Amino acid sequence: MITLAEKNQRLEKRFDSLRKQNRAGLVTFITAGDPNLQTALEIMKGLPRAGSDVIELGMPFTDPMADGPSIQAAGLRALAAGQTMGGTLNMVRSFRNNDQDTPVILMGYYNPIYSYGVDSFLADAMEAGVDGLIVVDLPPEEDDELCLPARAVGLHFIRLATPTTDDTRLPIVLRNASGFLYYVSMTGITGVGVVGSDSVSSAVRRLRAHTDLPIAVGFGIRTPEQAGSIARHADAAVVGSALVDQITDGIAEGRDPVKAVLSLTSDLASGVHQARSRSLV
Amino acid sequence: MNHFKHYSDNPDKHGHFGEFGGRFVAETLMPLVLELESAYRTAKEDPLFAKEMARYFDSYVGRPSPLYFAERLTPELGGAKIYFKRDELNHTGAHKINNCIGQILLAKRMGKSRVIAETGAGQHGVATATVCALMGLPCVVYMGEVDIARQQPNVFRMKLLGAEVVPVKSGARTLKDAMNEALRDWVTNVETTYYLIGTVAGPHPYPEMVRDFQSVIGEEVRQQLAKLEGDGRLPDTLVACVGGGSNAMGLFYPFLSDLGVEMVGVEAGGEGIGTGRHAASLNKGRPGVLHGNRTYLLQDEDGQIEEAHSISAGLDYPGIGPEHAWLYEAGRVSYVSATDSEALEAFQVCARLEGIVAALEPAHALAHVIKVAPKMPSDHIIVMNMCGRGDKDIFIVADALGVSL
Repeated sequence: MITLAEKNQRLEKRFDSLRKQNRAGLVTFITAGDPNLQTALEIMKGLPRAGSDVIELGMPFTDPMADGPSIQAAGLRALAAGQTMGGTLNMVRSFRNNDQDTPVILMGYYNPIYSYGVDSFLADAMEAGVDGLIVVDLPPEEDDELCLPARAVGLHFIRLATPTTDDTRLPIVLRNASGFLYYVSMTGITGVGVVGSDSVSSAVRRLRAHTDLPIAVGFGIRTPEQAGSIARHADAAVVGSALVDQITDGIAEGRDPVKAVLSLTSDLASGVHQARSRSLV
Repeated sequence: MNHFKHYSDNPDKHGHFGEFGGRFVAETLMPLVLELESAYRTAKEDPLFAKEMARYFDSYVGRPSPLYFAERLTPELGGAKIYFKRDELNHTGAHKINNCIGQILLAKRMGKSRVIAETGAGQHGVATATVCALMGLPCVVYMGEVDIARQQPNVFRMKLLGAEVVPVKSGARTLKDAMNEALRDWVTNVETTYYLIGTVAGPHPYPEMVRDFQSVIGEEVRQQLAKLEGDGRLPDTLVACVGGGSNAMGLFYPFLSDLGVEMVGVEAGGEGIGTGRHAASLNKGRPGVLHGNRTYLLQDEDGQIEEAHSISAGLDYPGIGPEHAWLYEAGRVSYVSATDSEALEAFQVCARLEGIVAALEPAHALAHVIKVAPKMPSDHIIVMNMCGRGDKDIFIVADALGVSL
């Protein structure tokens, strides 16, 4: 039997290396095929050099119920440009031609996966070089659907914990979790609202009492300063809507969306990298 | 295999109707969905809850709704004996209020201070706004921009009742998108807010709970028909339109184990189920996961949800309740479709022959009755759910008939 550790270690290695450097990681989200396949691929390939430690690649869906206007629009742009699940997996393949180290997590909703066929999807995702999955509408109650089959082939299944996940619920959420724990720092949809550093700090402490998994914190992080303040407490900061907005605004204002996204990524990365050295002063 | 008793045993404790149903929601909502389930279990066991519902059904909704023998349509069609279950006579003009009374009482028990809902035709929005006014709770109704444009009377009604109507500009700007937006509100305001879903869809326990609240329809039919036709006389055929499918589940559920009772759900065939412009999820869709449950969905080959089309805003949804998906696969209920023009024709026939201006939704059910009744013997009893009245549809019908008002 193939164990997770044998098959898929990019994510473990990345968090190990971050721990050795005593710094938090930067997790960046973009939507596959937004605004089109070629541009999205160019952005993706540029992300590691700009300072992204882990890439979350959104699988577009017509009905993203937990996403705010930015990521909704990104998904619809990608679908309008002809993005498919096959195209998303191809994007990962192309990325892997040049990058064997940066972990890639596919993030989205269950229906496009279910429609593709769970077994074929898992086989193709493994072969393409995907490291893990975040599927927003699959809570632990539905682990038989995808989580357990994914773990069995060696893909991480990354769980979301939220402010509504209390101490009774947390062990259920963590039961089959792997890779890292994604703490959604507020109730609500992506890209709307701001997180308070204090509440994040206490939430991270609470989560650490329940798990040894690295803890990434996201939802509402837009600036290098915010990313930095998260990075003081968490193992990684996740930024999505702010990057996606760079694509939206770049197109609207006639700027190069690739440069716009990568430039914000660099700024976010410096915010994250400096967070702990500053906190020591 | 003697499994017929199990037709009414669903769902299982995880909310599954066979492979359908379930709880496919974001983690933020899970604790709430579990809390709702537990609150509903407690309420279901509490005779006081049933008593309170019965009191509002009796004095506020106007139940029981009559079972009416269609005395001109029956001879006109020259076949089966046709009854209408007159749920269009309920307060607010449709069956939607049955479910809203149940859920608002539950919301109060749970101590929620704010209610949200999605609406397509506006009937569920009006019913929700009504019970919120009754209970003194603030109400926000999400409604697609397209539906707002075609259902102006109901939009105004909701505002009169004190609700805030939020136009939904995303996606196709119809019911599916209104549901997405309501879920986004819920995920944001999860502690204070009760999401009052209007149909037998969504995450467990909604499909079961809404069905239970609507089952008063079928239970009354059983008693009323026995009174009119003699003890023990059951209907031969039940007919109801299906969008999400709450009026149909309400009529069908109490009869599921009576295997002699044939049941037909009528989907919206739009411009024809061969045209790609329809809302026939069971006839033309395939299983998928949306809005918290697995069910039949209109979707493309890549699992992207397709837009539904129907002249009736209340049937304009690319999915259907999971219990219908299960009953379809189990073969217990058959699902057919009626087109926009068939529904329009039935709408006019009903007005002229019976003096009843039906909503466009049950006009689909009537269109099917008009197709099949003439071939049936005169002792064959059809009960059709007249689940809503057509005041809200006057402008659409006029427009479709080329009449300017």
